[in-house]
Amino acid sequence: MTTVGVIVFPGTNCEHDVVEVIEAAGAKAELIWHTRTEVDDCDAVIIPGGFAHGDYLRPGAIARFSPVMTAVGEFAAAGGPVLGICNGFQVLTEAGLLPGALQKNRGLTFLCTAVALRVASTRSVLTRGATRGQVLRIPINHFEGNYTCSSTTLDELRDGDRVVLRYEQNPNGSVDDIAGICNEAGNVVGLMPHPERASHALLGSTDGLVLLEGFLSGATEAR
Amino acid sequence: MTAFDVLVEVRLRPGIADPEGLTIERALPALGFSGITGVSVGKAFRLSIEAGSADEAARRAEELASRLLANPVIEDSTVTVGVP
Repeated sequence: MTTVGVIVFPGTNCEHDVVEVIEAAGAKAELIWHTRTEVDDCDAVIIPGGFAHGDYLRPGAIARFSPVMTAVGEFAAAGGPVLGICNGFQVLTEAGLLPGALQKNRGLTFLCTAVALRVASTRSVLTRGATRGQVLRIPINHFEGNYTCSSTTLDELRDGDRVVLRYEQNPNGSVDDIAGICNEAGNVVGLMPHPERASHALLGSTDGLVLLEGFLSGATEAR
Repeated sequence: MTAFDVLVEVRLRPGIADPEGLTIERALPALGFSGITGVSVGKAFRLSIEAGSADEAARRAEELASRLLANPVIEDSTVTVGVP
């Protein structure tokens, strides 16, 4: 059975939502405490949302030095599927697994609302099951989701088809309306919206499933 | 070895939006402060570093700043050794 490691730092708080979706999709989820030094038994890794290490200093700045992140870096370099959601996206940028940084929202507003996202690329492990141009309704819940990068990095992201999701109406000031990006190989993806919170009709939307189920099938194929 | 008092200041790089600085600047007129512009918000860290010389203390503080205290994608840092 496909096994997904869900990383838990002190302060992570979305891990059980992610586990719920993974198990509902028929895969196995395993919570991995941040002090663990290997993720060898996992077919994919998800870094869920929350406030890793209290977001002290900067979101993700301390989490990046947690022992498990060395293992996640090696797993990613070997082509393993890695997904960072919200705080997990911030951790991946701080760890250098994805370029750029997430700044405080434009207008200094904490945002907790459903937004419309357009699938900009289907070459990532997260969006492989979606259709380019498809619009998904998925919640955001963040204060530091304003994606920022150098103009060189932005050119690289655009030229490499690495912007995977864009906001239809930019809520936070992100450059080029970016909601999610991937690495060059497409196996490491970060996004600010929470697809796990749009995974059941009771939650108001099931639009996150096309992303998470695509990610899980990518993990199964990568086994 | 001597313990050197070190100040590390971290601030957003030029061209990076600073919504905190902007919000403070916009609030100033309402408080009666006029003629104040260019407000930017950063962080300051005070450290005590055991080192053989002030240069060595500065070098270690700069390494710490570039690896942890600042995110070089959006922030610059300056190190001052010998602050009271």
